[in-house]
Amino acid sequence: MLGYITRRILFAIPIAFGVSVVCFSLVYLAPGDPLQTILPADATAEMVEQIKHAYGLDRPLPVQFFLWLGHVLTGDFGMSISTRRPVILEVTGALSNTFMLTSFAVPLAFIIGYTMGAIAGCFPGRAVDRIVTGAAVVGVSLPNYWLGIVLVIVFAVELMVLPATGMGPKGSAQFSIFRWSDAQYLVLPVVTLSMIPVGIIARTTRAAVAEVLSQDFVTTLRAKGLGEIAVIRHVLKNSAPQVLAVMGLQFGYLMGGSILVETVFTWPGSGFMLSKAIINRDIPVLQGTILFLAMIFVATNLVVDLLQSVIDPRIRRT
Amino acid sequence: MSQTASLPVRVRFDDDAPPALRVRGYWSSVGYRLRHDPATLFFGLVVLLIVLAAIFAPLLAPFDPYKESVVLRLKPFGYRGHPLGTDELGRDLLSRLIYGGRSSLLMGLVPVCIAVVLGGTLGVIGGFAGRRVNAAIMRTMDVFYAFPSVLLAVAISGAMGGGMANGMAALALVFIPAMCRVAETATAQVRSLDFIEAARATGAGTFTIVRYHVLGNVLGPVFIYASSLVSVSILLASGLSFLGLGVKPPTPDWGLMLSTLRQSIYVAPLSCALPGAAIFVTSICFNLVSDGIRSAMDVRL
Amino acid sequence: MSGVAADVHDVGGPAQPLLIARDLFKHFHVRGGSKSARVRAVDGVSFTLFKGETLGVVGESGCGKSTLARLLLHLVTRDGGELIFDGEPVGAPHGITVAALRRHVQMVFQDSYSSLNPRMPVQDSVAFGPFVHGRRKPDARRAARDMLVKVGLNPDLFGQRYPHELSGGQKQRVNIARALAIEPRMVILDEAVSALDKSIEAQVLNLLRALKAQFNLTYLFISHDLNVVRYVSDRVLVMYLGRVVELGPSEDIFTRPLHPYTRALLGSRPSMDPANRIEEPPITGDPPSPIDPPSGCRFHTRCPFAEDVCAAKSPELGAWLDRGSHVAACHMLDAGSGHSVAPA
Repeated sequence: MLGYITRRILFAIPIAFGVSVVCFSLVYLAPGDPLQTILPADATAEMVEQIKHAYGLDRPLPVQFFLWLGHVLTGDFGMSISTRRPVILEVTGALSNTFMLTSFAVPLAFIIGYTMGAIAGCFPGRAVDRIVTGAAVVGVSLPNYWLGIVLVIVFAVELMVLPATGMGPKGSAQFSIFRWSDAQYLVLPVVTLSMIPVGIIARTTRAAVAEVLSQDFVTTLRAKGLGEIAVIRHVLKNSAPQVLAVMGLQFGYLMGGSILVETVFTWPGSGFMLSKAIINRDIPVLQGTILFLAMIFVATNLVVDLLQSVIDPRIRRT
Repeated sequence: MSQTASLPVRVRFDDDAPPALRVRGYWSSVGYRLRHDPATLFFGLVVLLIVLAAIFAPLLAPFDPYKESVVLRLKPFGYRGHPLGTDELGRDLLSRLIYGGRSSLLMGLVPVCIAVVLGGTLGVIGGFAGRRVNAAIMRTMDVFYAFPSVLLAVAISGAMGGGMANGMAALALVFIPAMCRVAETATAQVRSLDFIEAARATGAGTFTIVRYHVLGNVLGPVFIYASSLVSVSILLASGLSFLGLGVKPPTPDWGLMLSTLRQSIYVAPLSCALPGAAIFVTSICFNLVSDGIRSAMDVRL
Repeated sequence: MSGVAADVHDVGGPAQPLLIARDLFKHFHVRGGSKSARVRAVDGVSFTLFKGETLGVVGESGCGKSTLARLLLHLVTRDGGELIFDGEPVGAPHGITVAALRRHVQMVFQDSYSSLNPRMPVQDSVAFGPFVHGRRKPDARRAARDMLVKVGLNPDLFGQRYPHELSGGQKQRVNIARALAIEPRMVILDEAVSALDKSIEAQVLNLLRALKAQFNLTYLFISHDLNVVRYVSDRVLVMYLGRVVELGPSEDIFTRPLHPYTRALLGSRPSMDPANRIEEPPITGDPPSPIDPPSGCRFHTRCPFAEDVCAAKSPELGAWLDRGSHVAACHMLDAGSGHSVAPA
């Protein structure tokens, strides 16, 4: 058991290494001289030399990579070209805003998706199943940024009950979820962000519930005279691990993939920062944000895998 | 002609008669199931119409999609012959929607095709090669798998500076690992079957075996997966355009239109919703068609 | 196709054995085990196969019969020993190449659902062999259809069918056709009839006999079914845990078995005849693992006649002279081995 955990963690290390290699090479994908992409246009000659030396830009690539990796591991992600602040400060600030969105979106998606999926799974083939399955298909085929725009049109433009963009009237620094005047800004982004996870969770739940229901032990429970409610409780308990795993993965996915929704709502999270960095060609911020988000995704996957193996001993893959 | 005429010893068989019911071969049974699946046929027709509309855009569009007009900005539906109104630069919305299908479909289909060719080849090689080569290929793919797709697409095309070609390359890179995995799994499964060993015993080289025995069994799962990727690709591609990483203005593109019309959301909300509706309809139709293809093809013989 | 006359491919002449195997070894590494843990699938097998005969190979599951078959066809590479085909060493620079060997030696596999490509019509499966060896497609297809006729399947009715439309016996006949399509000289039949119903099995065996006569073939017939082997073979080779324990003419082996294992195997065949009571002691104990075989004689842990010398030293297979020789690897037959029953 401990061996599995260690092996799984060890397995994640080369992946993390590979991820950092990919992030490192992003700078080289950009057209033009790497030196120019990471420095602002009006950098002094002295700054240029400093950066050149710190990142070894005139040395061979592997050396550059390890120098860069060394900087990264000590928290030095370079300077943002547009704001001249250290990238790490910008990124961590933005990440907490994205985390707020995600931590509301995932539970919401779970509640809605699980309920839908469970009902559909209990009555496979009937009308409610088809409706739920159809809704799930719609959920994963809908461009979520479009849904965001539509919601803005309906609730902000036409009905005017919710704000369209931004994170509170006073901005993110003074945001408090306990005040409705701030919290109302959360509503639309969270709903939009939860759309795709709802579809995925509903589908997974439906499949898991239908599969558990078809197993023999359910028939045994019924034969023992257990009431239908109690049977359903058993079924839900057994199908939960699979769904929780998907939920966990969705968390990581949303943290990394929130850019579109955040852009629509101008929510100052890591995704929006990424989008700004693209427009401004702010490569250090781009690189730093992507590295952070990818690592979060890898870490989330790892945690989900380990938790799953603890909860469900059958899933202890070698 | 008597079956046993050429044998020196008369050998009789009890089970000479072929089975009475003529069962179809695999591909014709796929065709049969598809022909009798009205839902898939319907959505397939819609997909075909969308594709045809994009191809024949010059014939269908009432106006020039690039023609701007300062006075005709953001006009409502039906205004002076513009069935869907105009956009923020005065261009006819319907024409731009029809032309927009071209770039959206291209950016949806091309990356998937590239991924099938490259990812599929890598997967077959990985499935057939020795343990080391297989591990090298699959672990490299795992690294790319460690990124959420949106993030990877944005990262690569963002770093490269945007544009349609870069966007297509980025999306292809996002899909190659998944396609590689599908191909590798299918190849590894087939490789362990007896008839492959029999083919080797006959003296066939690896390449010949792959071509005649493996590909036929692998192309099925690959094609099914590819068809399900198209709708994802369309969504991701228009997402990239929405962020400004796809085609550059003034080329009409649904994602890009969504982004620019968004500025005018308070003035002309309905026009703003239209490009997204186009993306949605196209994506869901491809999705349903691919589901139908999967049901038709994924049968055990 | 040559008739019953002289085989045009015969290089070494009728006296030259078709196949000589010397000390063949194949060990597989165990996954997850220690570095030295190996499955000793084939552990020093030697025999001679003469032209035109049928050599039966019997043994329990796991004794290495199938691995041996694959070694002969080079589907797995041998770890040691040599193979000489019609006088030429296989794989050696001055001998015959593996590719050329595969023109002359073919194999019929046990009928399983995966022995034929489910996506190919059977005539294409049969035509694949000739196609690979240089015939053009229409040519190969014609050869395939001819072959289907020879195994008793009407190509007009069966040619375009898929494997799942055929019965077990028909599929196996297709497998035979596939093996014979490239006109080999030797055919290895690896449990070729084991999965068939008894009546079909008999018919397929008759077919095999007829084909052997018509095409001047040599058979290596692997099976765990002793009665079938007796019916089909001229000589029999008995294997146990990767080694040859007995070799001799078929009738000799079945009427006067020398090795205790053979005796026990034969004795374990149930018989309905009250006059034919089983008098041999049954084989006791479990079959040992091929990863860690017993020392000395592999069979000593289950042999009722085992003594200390059996655990200490491995018996040799005895001097082998010609195809009439009947030899076994047992200390009880070896003069001077130290066994109490051995001749002085």
